[in-house]
Formats: sequence, structure tokens, C-alpha cells
Amino acid sequence: MDKTVNQKAWFLVLPVFLVVAFSAVLPLMTVVNYSMQDTFGNNQFFWNGVGWFKELLDPSTDLGGRFLASLGRNLFFSLVILAIEVPLGIVVALSMPREGWTVAACLVILALPLLIPWNVVGTIWQIFGRPDIGLLGYVLNAMGFDYNYVSNDVDAWFTVIVMDVWHWTSLVALLCYAGLKSIPEAYYQAAQIDGASRWAVFKAIQLPKMNRVLLIAVLLRFMDSFMIYTEPFVVTGGGPGNSTTFVSIELVKIALGQFDLGKAAALSLVYNLIILIVCWIFYTVMTNAGVERKVQASSEPAAEPKPAAALKPVPALEPREGVA
Amino acid sequence: MHSIPGRRLIMGLFLIFLLLPIYWLVNMSFKTNSEIVSTMTLWPHTPTLQHYKRIFTDESWYSGYINSLEYVVLNTIISIAVALPAAYAFSRYRFLGDKHLFFWLLSNRMAPAAVYALPFFNLYSAIGLFDTPWAVALAHCIFNVPLAVWILEGFVSGVPREIDETAFLDGYSFPRFFIKILVPLIASGIGVAAFFCFMFSWVELLLARTLTSVHAKPIAAIMTRTVSAAGMDWGLLAAAGVLTIIPGALVIWFVRNYIARGFALGRV
Repeated sequence: MDKTVNQKAWFLVLPVFLVVAFSAVLPLMTVVNYSMQDTFGNNQFFWNGVGWFKELLDPSTDLGGRFLASLGRNLFFSLVILAIEVPLGIVVALSMPREGWTVAACLVILALPLLIPWNVVGTIWQIFGRPDIGLLGYVLNAMGFDYNYVSNDVDAWFTVIVMDVWHWTSLVALLCYAGLKSIPEAYYQAAQIDGASRWAVFKAIQLPKMNRVLLIAVLLRFMDSFMIYTEPFVVTGGGPGNSTTFVSIELVKIALGQFDLGKAAALSLVYNLIILIVCWIFYTVMTNAGVERKVQASSEPAAEPKPAAALKPVPALEPREGVA
Repeated sequence: MHSIPGRRLIMGLFLIFLLLPIYWLVNMSFKTNSEIVSTMTLWPHTPTLQHYKRIFTDESWYSGYINSLEYVVLNTIISIAVALPAAYAFSRYRFLGDKHLFFWLLSNRMAPAAVYALPFFNLYSAIGLFDTPWAVALAHCIFNVPLAVWILEGFVSGVPREIDETAFLDGYSFPRFFIKILVPLIASGIGVAAFFCFMFSWVELLLARTLTSVHAKPIAAIMTRTVSAAGMDWGLLAAAGVLTIIPGALVIWFVRNYIARGFALGRV
């Protein structure tokens, strides 16, 4: 659909702009301001230039060491949960019942963990995993594992990861399900006529069709796991020691615990910058995918090279939305 | 839609995995504290309602639920109200800086709440909104407004342009067209967007806890009080947890048919 140029549209966007600017720009200015200063209490501030940033990126200092360690832990955590949640989410989406009341029932149960306040998610797993009163902890210990997430690093990680899988796999599954639902029945019939195996159907029809939603899923999951705070904080409090202290937990510790405004602000800015870069990649890929889809839908010659077309092994089945 | 072999088994196992921890919470909320601590029982042997009774009769407990619902509803209304016109603008028009603006909005959805906790505290204290539902409702706009714009833009783009043009030819003014024609057409989209605003405002705790102290304290923050000198009041904690799940479960039921599309941000 061609959009018309109309500068008056700014009036429609203005309320959003004002509301978000009020909650985003003003606080961000404060953060930038703090990040350049040092304080010794009593509301006295001293100019510190880029001192905090230098310290932050230097692993030999206390601040830098803590930041880089928590960043490493956080990246590792994000990669692990992506490696588990994405394949599992796809499998669950493929296992959805086809029709009837069970569809609605499954959808509601799948969505349930997403609607639980994050600290309650933490509480649920805190209780569930305790060796004395929790089912999981009790059963694991009865089976002979020495499981205790309060004192053992590995157990703490195990608990936090299983909790995240429990909490968020549904999101991936629901997204994939939405993608699968949009595949017309004719595709499957064509595959059946061609005698395609189950695996071929998945690889040639279902996976390409899920591309877009999978992209959303991966990036949402990456972002949210990169910002994770409440759930691990409730379960492990960042411990034992610092073993499950992620970037947000470290940041809140510095900002609201020690009231080290300068350090916290510098950390915030670097943290935000990382998020912004990933976000930009996300946005670019998303909009390009949108353009590509439109180019393919209209039968006009593509303005851009489209490498994605080579990945789709069933050209005869290309959607003909805009044309037919 | 074609599924994989053994799908019933996989789905069954996954649903059990999802429901087991929740069952355990519900189970504990009906037990007495002595039963919780002393024995391992799969269901309450001496079922009790004492924890629920305590929450519904003690004002410091149930006011937490009211506070939470207050800012969640406020936030949902604000978010949808400002996002609707913007979604229309993004979907139909090109204007100076539209792409940059859209990206800027998106980047705010992704901004870590921990970054904003302290500046928000300063900001809302300075303008006298600290410890009111308004502070939390406005603070949650930072991630809910972009999300609402995003979802609604997807749904508005699904409405054919010809409908706008016909309406304007028929002499509809813009506001009248918007309310009489566009809003009913994307009603399901508005429902989905409201659901997501509700959801993200309801589950967020860090900002809600930082911006309140006494009068607007959310239930999630009140729950931390169950730790006392006499040890944890596990039953009470579990009962409070169960009660926070219920509003979410009710809301899901209303949007169950749109939920999958909504999670794909209206873009499948």
C-alpha cells in the first residue's frame, strides 16, 4: 500500500511523542548528567568527565570487573535460554491440536505463565525448588541428587534457566503457532501430492513460513532475557555469591543499594547502548523482511536482490496475494 | 495445520510442566503452615481457607490488589488513547521523521526498567506524583505505548484504504470517521492491544515498587512482607500469589481467539 506524504500526521503522533518523551527523554537526561559527575553525599556533585566510563570498561577496576562479569553471565544466560526455548517452542507449536475445544484450552494454559507477575514467578519457583517444602527440590533430593539452589552455583543456574523456560517458552510457541496458522491448506495438499516426507514439509513449508515470527520471537526473547531482573532476584537474590548476578541486578545494586549515582548512570548508558544496537538490527531486519514480502507479492521485478527467494525450495507454491 | 507424530504426548508433557509449579502454589495456599513445614503432602490433608480469609479481611493486604488494578487500568486507558491516532498516522501517512520516530518508540519498549528506576524516582518526586497510581501508570507508558502503537499499526494496516476514502467522500469528518468507522473495524485489535498493556503493566514490579511507598503500593511489593521474625509465612505467600494469577487468567479467556495473532504483534 502506498502511503501519502502528509505532514499533518504529526498532530496524530504528537500525544504519543509527548507521553513517551516525558517518560523517556527527561529521565535519560538525568542519567547523562549523573554519569559525568561524582558525589560524596549531601547533594554535592563534582565533575568527573568520562572517568566512570573508563573505569566501567576496564576489567582491572572494581566497577569494570563487576560490570564485565555480569555482562558475560547475562550473555551466556541469554544464549542458553534461546538454545532451549526456540526449538522447544517450535515443537510445542507443531504439537498444537488441530481443532475443537482443546485448541482454546491449550492456548489459555500456554499463555498462563506469561500473565503471572514476575516476582510471583520467582516466588513459585522459589517454593517449588526448595528441598524442604518444594516438590522439585524434594523429588530431586529423594532421587539422590544433592540439589540446593541457595548454596550451589550450578543448582542456582539450573533453577533460573528452568524457570525462564517455564515462563517464556509459551511466547515462542504462541508466535510460531500464529505463523503456522497462516499457512493455507493448499500448500499441504500440494506437498501430499508430491509425496513429501514429514521432515520435508517442515523444512520446505512450515519453517520458511515461520521465519518472520521466529525472528520476532528470538529478538524479543534476547532483549527480555538480557534485561532480566525480578525473577532471578526473587529466587536467588543474585547468589550464591555473585553467580547469578545479571546486569540489571548489578545496576540496581549500585543505583538503589549503594546510591552510587555516577557509576550507576554510566553503567545505564552503556547498557542502554547495547540494547539500542541490538534493537536497531532487529528493526532493520524486520522492515527489510516487510519490504521483501511486498516485493514478492507484487509480480513486478524486484527492486532489490532477494536472496531469500533462493532459500524457498517450493517456488511453485509462492503466495500470490497481491496478484490473484 | 499439520502436526508431528506423538504430538499429544509432547503437548501433554509440556502442559504438565507448565501446570505443576502452579499446582504446587495452589496446593500450598490451602495448607496450614504447620503442614507445609512438617510433612511433604501432594494435596492438603487439612485444607484451610485461613490464608485467603486473612488477605480479604486485612486492609493492608487487599488494598494492594486495588492499588495494582488502579494503575494497570489507568495505564491501559492512557496507552490505548494516545496510541490509536498514532497507529493510524504510521499506517497511512509518510511524514518527516516517521521512521526515526517509530524506531525511537521501539527502542523505548526495549529499554531496561532498571535504567529508569532511579531517574523516575527523582522525576516523580519532583512533580509530586510519587506514591500515587498516576506515577506508576505514566512510568509504565514507556514500554506500553510503543507496544500499543506497534500492535495497532498492524491491525490498522489490515483495514483497506478504500474504506477511509469512501468515508471521506461521504462527508465524514476525520474525528467522526475515526470513532464511527475505524474503531469498530479494529475492535479486536484494540482488545489485543489492551490485553498486552494490561499484561505488561500487571507483571512489572521494579518500577511499580520504586515509585510507591505506602498509599499506592502494589500487591507484588506487599507480598515481600510475609518474611517476619518468626520465619516465612509460606501459606500466606502462596495464597497471595494465587490471587495475582487470577486476573491474568480471566483476561486470557476473553482474548483467547486473538492471542496468537496478538503475540505476533498483528503481523502474521
